[in-house]
Amino acid sequence: VTAVTPARAASQGRSLLATARRLLGTQEGLLLILLVVLFIGVGLANNQFLALNNVKDLFNVNAYIAVAAIGMSMIIITGNIDISVGAAIGVLVTLSGYVALGLDDMDLPLPLVNVAAWVVPIFGGMLIGAINGFFVAYLHIPAIVVTLGTYSILRGGLILVAGGNTLYDLPAGYSFAMQDSLGIPNPVWIMIVLTILAFLWMRFSRTGRSQYAVGGNAEAARLSGLDTRRILMTTFILAGAFTGIASVMYATQFKTIQAVVTPGLELQVITASVVGGVSILGGVGTVIGSTLAAILIRFIGAGLVFLSISPFWVKAILGLLILVTVLADVVRRRRQERQ
Amino acid sequence: MTAATPVPGSATEPRRLQRILARQETILFIILVAGVLLLSLQSDKFLTVDNLLNQGRLAAEIALIALPMTLIIITGGIDLSVGSIVGLVAIMLGVAWYNWGLPLELAIVVALLIGTACGLFNGLFITRVGLPPLITTLATLALFRGLAEGIAQARSVRGYPEWFFILGQKNFLGGLTSIPNQLLLVILAIVAIGAVLAWTPFGRSLYAIGNNETGARFSGLAVDRNKLIIYTLSGFMSGLAGWVYVSRVSTTRSDMGTGFELTAITAVVVGGTSIFGGSGTILGTVLGLALIQLMKNGLALSGAKGDSTTIVVGVVLIGAVLLNTLIQNPPERLKRLLPGQT
Repeated sequence: VTAVTPARAASQGRSLLATARRLLGTQEGLLLILLVVLFIGVGLANNQFLALNNVKDLFNVNAYIAVAAIGMSMIIITGNIDISVGAAIGVLVTLSGYVALGLDDMDLPLPLVNVAAWVVPIFGGMLIGAINGFFVAYLHIPAIVVTLGTYSILRGGLILVAGGNTLYDLPAGYSFAMQDSLGIPNPVWIMIVLTILAFLWMRFSRTGRSQYAVGGNAEAARLSGLDTRRILMTTFILAGAFTGIASVMYATQFKTIQAVVTPGLELQVITASVVGGVSILGGVGTVIGSTLAAILIRFIGAGLVFLSISPFWVKAILGLLILVTVLADVVRRRRQERQ
Repeated sequence: MTAATPVPGSATEPRRLQRILARQETILFIILVAGVLLLSLQSDKFLTVDNLLNQGRLAAEIALIALPMTLIIITGGIDLSVGSIVGLVAIMLGVAWYNWGLPLELAIVVALLIGTACGLFNGLFITRVGLPPLITTLATLALFRGLAEGIAQARSVRGYPEWFFILGQKNFLGGLTSIPNQLLLVILAIVAIGAVLAWTPFGRSLYAIGNNETGARFSGLAVDRNKLIIYTLSGFMSGLAGWVYVSRVSTTRSDMGTGFELTAITAVVVGGTSIFGGSGTILGTVLGLALIQLMKNGLALSGAKGDSTTIVVGVVLIGAVLLNTLIQNPPERLKRLLPGQT
């Protein structure tokens, strides 16, 4: 027995090393390590960073970006893109507010009002997704063109209808994202649960796996009997549902709602997906990566403040981060090819 | 089946007519004329020389950007960073003059060089490292805007001398109906870039790259060098747009040019350049630019609220491409967003 132990220990050590190397070899592992390093590093430099409220905030603030990035990741994995997501969130946030105020005026019971205000935008998101998906899947117009178009239409439509209004006096209990469950903010719960569900669905369900096939090689997927049009349509509608949920999370985090499209929101969502390891060429990536990336982006933004660096540098660092992660991906792939 | 049978889809008369009608430029021109006529009925201020020239002034910055964007999209690439380069160049112009104390002439040169360097940076990543243009310029969109914000720290620069505003606010030779200076610059750029694209080996090589990059490489075209040139040109032209912009609005802010990339790409695609690369013309882009600007202006004159006119831009974009796709019925329907770049 004693003779076996060192050998077993050695093999265990090797397998541990191999596991570590495998973890480092994935974008998700790299992001996780970066998150831990930042957490400890900034925490040592300024221990206010580790205060409970701040830690909650670290995971809470970008939760809606993470949820929208789940849908975006699915779309990018099929080899498409959605530029309209930021404008869609602007429209759906406003829709949620109007539903809440409108139904509240009709003196309906409060829980009903709030649930309607949370659910209607999700269906709205699915409708927008269905329109984008129809043009992409059935009329064969490139996704970047379609969603650039719907971006303009949604943004213009919001200005036409709501014109930068501020909605206030929202019904009691409406602000779902300001509440905690079991001591953890609701948005964080939603982000975690949806990320896990979406990850499992994409890994184990037939349609989920087909998304990778379509993105990897659409023609091969079609020839091997997959209904690529139906898969694309499903992907866009599902992504629309995630956009809708993200919109509700965004709408319910403050006491008022601004009827505007946040400039550059679509780029934040796409950035989370890309930094999360979803390849813009399609066929590669996971939603765990995109969620970790959304959290990392918040960590960096907050970390700068705690290191007394001007927040005006955040975007420059984000740009560098995208470049570095994509470069790391290129290096990793070349190394794998050599092996 | 012999040639005598008029098989649908064969190279017979209706097909040729179809091809002429199917040219995006023809479709666009018809839409443009119809749109202008309709809008001129709505407001008598619309179809006046003064108004049209003023619209040219307002569209100049996007136009300067959309021209090199056409070349880039023809090669199957894209440049999302142009709006951020406008912001960075504007800020650097102000900083070089106000904070570093350089003469304004020199500050302009420095700013333009920085814009060109930004484009070169994009080009090097795309050609040397082999990153897809979409991802490279998405990163530099954030990076260049971030540098502009970081350097500006939310301060703006004003108080430029009077001569600086000649480019952006004055007309060529003065007078009521003469041409705005920056429009002259745009026309010059249209002619130069249009001629290079249509008639030089360099210009033709861009179509070859967009149609089949590997094929172009094997037939001995300098693919990487030519791509490097057009991304660098895009940086320079964005810099030029930044300079014109600051001169027009008399002030420098770090958020200048936000969203320009989307408008420029929209104009190029409305103008019939395929987002997959391989086809497109400068004439199409110019028509696309005119269509977008005149629609927006005409609707604003008819009482549309602020930016709500972008609805029409979106509808025209999808409509024009849909019409084109339906008529031409491209063989590779499910081609992906960006054909193999790496």
